[in-house]
Amino acid sequence: MKPEEKNRLMRTACQVRMGILEATHAARSGHPGGSLSAADLFTYLYFKELNVDPTRPDWEDRDRFVLSKGHTAPGLYAALAARGFFPWEDLKTLRQIGSHLQGHPNMNLTPGVDMSTGSLGQGISAAAGMALMAKQQHKSLRVYALLGDGEIQEGQPWEAFMFAHHYKLDNLCVIIDNNHLQIDGPVEQVMSPYPIPEKLKAFGFAVQEIDGHDFDQMEHAFTQARSVKGVPFCIIMSTVKGKGVPFMEDQASWHGKAPNDEEFARAMETLQKQMARLEGN
Amino acid sequence: MERKLATRDGYGAALVQLGEEHPDVVVFDADLSEATKTALFKKAFPERHFDCGIAEADMMGAAAGAAAMGMVPFVSSFAMFAAGRAFEQVRNSIGYPQLNVKIGATHGGISVGEDGASHQCCEDFALMRTIPGMVVMCPSDDVEARAAVKAAYAHKGPVYMRFGRLPVPVFHEEEKFQFQIGKGEVLTQGSDLALIATGLMTYEALQAAEELKRFGIHARVINLCTIKPLDEELVLQAARECGKVITCEEHSVIGGLGEAVCALLGERLPTPVRRIGVNDVFGCSGPGAQLLRKFGLCADHIVEVAADMVADSAR
Repeated sequence: MKPEEKNRLMRTACQVRMGILEATHAARSGHPGGSLSAADLFTYLYFKELNVDPTRPDWEDRDRFVLSKGHTAPGLYAALAARGFFPWEDLKTLRQIGSHLQGHPNMNLTPGVDMSTGSLGQGISAAAGMALMAKQQHKSLRVYALLGDGEIQEGQPWEAFMFAHHYKLDNLCVIIDNNHLQIDGPVEQVMSPYPIPEKLKAFGFAVQEIDGHDFDQMEHAFTQARSVKGVPFCIIMSTVKGKGVPFMEDQASWHGKAPNDEEFARAMETLQKQMARLEGN
Repeated sequence: MERKLATRDGYGAALVQLGEEHPDVVVFDADLSEATKTALFKKAFPERHFDCGIAEADMMGAAAGAAAMGMVPFVSSFAMFAAGRAFEQVRNSIGYPQLNVKIGATHGGISVGEDGASHQCCEDFALMRTIPGMVVMCPSDDVEARAAVKAAYAHKGPVYMRFGRLPVPVFHEEEKFQFQIGKGEVLTQGSDLALIATGLMTYEALQAAEELKRFGIHARVINLCTIKPLDEELVLQAARECGKVITCEEHSVIGGLGEAVCALLGERLPTPVRRIGVNDVFGCSGPGAQLLRKFGLCADHIVEVAADMVADSAR
């Protein structure tokens, strides 16, 4: 990836992280940890990978993105706002009565949200159904789904993985955010889903492991995903929960807690400094 | 001899007809296509029938995804697994986003028979009624089953349909039959009491009404295929004009048609009601027709309850 492009993505990711903090701080609730771990991915998807048009959110030939780990909606919302699907100011209405930004994604309220999710394990099934129908309709669009590493403790994703392989859904790209932490602690202590790559391979997926904060690796993996035929693709990205806000990094306690005023100010200062550094490049 | 057909047969036949008329109809099944009768559609349109294996939760989600892509998916399994096992998937992936998914659940109720209690779903009306925007239907015979499937396709939004395994008499005349979601049907005019029935209990109510005439009791038989939205006007009118109501359903007395009618009348027009249904017990193995008698889901029991109710009001 060219340095200019990477710098642009990094600046956008920094903006998305600010949006996550602004939204959860204003809401005084929400899930910053897993939103931040996937912030680079949301950025890559909406600014590089997905064929979408913010002026036509219902365009039927668009690529679809299903946020199966729906609690990290603030990350998705910030990326959608940054991409122009709705005004940036809306982020501060997160979780408030009358807002189109529900605590978990609602496809009927928020422009750009392709599937209502939030109950873990369900979004991936809908994504697989979309991919199957895209083939049925002879559409070349692609379907992407993001799952958490804790989420795959549910049984339903494995039903969906079987389905995706059975129907040869090579237009489906599954991404697993392996941030190593869930509400009750490290995933391997709560209920180990490991080894994830071996399991996905056994379910018939082509698998690529990447650093989920490295845009070069993302570009390589998503390019590869588009070239693989006959089987679904899975990108397992190793990430840091709370990434970008030092005091939130690698802390399970930031899974579902909003920053208070002081924490918000501190986090924003960090991100503003990072943005200034990136802009100085 | 009267013609008998299971309503699941009507479902399968209607699906094929819909498939011929509408290219956006797709069907999902969970390894039960012979039993649910979606195999008929599979034979006619193999490229539009998708087996999901024994994975009902995933099937509901896949159907939601299909609907989000503009298709009109019909998903089938036994009622126990469609409404029961996959309840939360139906609620969150189909109901909450108001996706245009039609759930064709077969093998509802006690009349499933020999498979026993694990497969005899008497809770599906209750579960599906609680989902906002979900239409809940239970056709009484083959003619109504086929009409309900077509109406479900025409309706925009999620629909739950319960069909039976047991062959039951076909009493509707196809030529004269008109069907509308949310509209009940008065089958006999009487004003001594109202028998409000759904599914295979409608025919039993008709038989009971015939028997009750011998006691000088004239019952108004109302067939409510649509349990939700309830035909409130028809129920209120029946309560007003008959003064006594008996509900008849092959479902738990908890949460089904009986409670829906009681809730309406309790708030709008307090009227004595008796509920005939499965009395908060599990079923058991046995031939379906015999089980219906054992659990009081038959004309004889309706007659008993009706006679008792009339006597009660005369005391």
